[in-house]
Amino acid sequence: MNRTLKLISASFLLATIIPVLAQTSAPHPDSSKRSKAATQSSSADAALGQKVFDENCSRCHNPPQSIPPQIVATLIRHMRVRASLSAADERALLRFMNP
Amino acid sequence: MITALLLSLPACAAAQNVPYISGGGGFITSTNGGNTTYIPVIAPEFVASVGQHLLVESRATILDSYFPRGGGQPGYKRDAFLGLSFLQADVIASPRATIVAGEFLTPFGTYNERLSPIWISNFEQAPLIYSIGTMSTASSVGGMVRGSAYANRTLNIDYTAYFSALSTNPQFNAKRSTGGRLSVYLKNAGLETGVSFGRLLQDTRENYSGVHLWWEPFNSYLRIRSEYARAPHAHGYWVEGDYRLARFGGEQSLLGRLEPVFRMQQTFRSAPDPEDGLPTADTRQLDYALDYHLPHEVRINTSYSRKLSSTGDRNIWQTGIVYRFLIPLWRGK
Repeated sequence: MNRTLKLISASFLLATIIPVLAQTSAPHPDSSKRSKAATQSSSADAALGQKVFDENCSRCHNPPQSIPPQIVATLIRHMRVRASLSAADERALLRFMNP
Repeated sequence: MITALLLSLPACAAAQNVPYISGGGGFITSTNGGNTTYIPVIAPEFVASVGQHLLVESRATILDSYFPRGGGQPGYKRDAFLGLSFLQADVIASPRATIVAGEFLTPFGTYNERLSPIWISNFEQAPLIYSIGTMSTASSVGGMVRGSAYANRTLNIDYTAYFSALSTNPQFNAKRSTGGRLSVYLKNAGLETGVSFGRLLQDTRENYSGVHLWWEPFNSYLRIRSEYARAPHAHGYWVEGDYRLARFGGEQSLLGRLEPVFRMQQTFRSAPDPEDGLPTADTRQLDYALDYHLPHEVRINTSYSRKLSSTGDRNIWQTGIVYRFLIPLWRGK
């Protein structure tokens, strides 16, 4: 029984530590390229999200002057239902409003 | 549903799907034919996302009307109103379909679903043809399927189909009806057009139809919206154009906060019908408004309307101050 418990604890510990070690390990030679690509991808996402916002949300109403970050996902889901946004548009908006 | 909502609360708190209360509150005055009515109003809207596929939303309207007693009597009468505009559960069943159950705004044309909230509408007064297709209650009780049937970077085709049961409950007043809407939105051109259909399934079993056309050029402050609707004994249209003067120093400048609005509407009657809610005679109405967007989500609306009809011409003056709020129910993490 004790052995099983130890085995489960060790597995749990490993499952927790491995992802952390993977994130804090030395940078991969390609990491700068990846990071650049990620930045480009992120700015492309932001541009797409801005476009979706302009094309849909601003059509009926002015956007609120500030949106508390903790409600962003709820707000976008509400917009998806109200404005019949596609699933892709919902994702783009979520990335734009919560980069 | 309430149990599911409560069980999901800890998960909501850790994410960005915290429920919120949105909406608007304001004070409106309306002078119609020399009689002034004062209306303090608040319209809170509750929205909660539960898990990955469920959204629960509701809007209430609480208002007080103070209007002249009439008949030569001095003083004012008071009429209070508290009603739910909708109370619905939205289940996102697939990327292309959302199933809605409960009380929802009847999806006919564009005004009822998109422009009727007090913090959105440019005019305090709804269009003359508003009651066509919305079955005069504006809300339905039953089920609805809606979503984006096809979408790419330049095009979105969306649809809505619903069925409503008869409900005589004062808070969930609805007529037995069915209908739907199909819209095509050309994103690059900022052009949307669509058709709506509604059928009343009780009493006289009437059909209603309508088309809408919106043009909102991209990167421009010009918005032109229009609707045409037809009922068995009357039909009519409205065209509304507005332009926020943000070219002059940006949206936050003194002049850039100003938004002139113009609306032209006409109704035509072929036979008397007390049920359809349209004027009893052919009517033409011109509405002019100047809206001013103050900081902190406050807007001042002022409008003048000239109503021309064989039953008598009228001037309608309206002013209003509206505050829009958006409040998370808790802080989240």
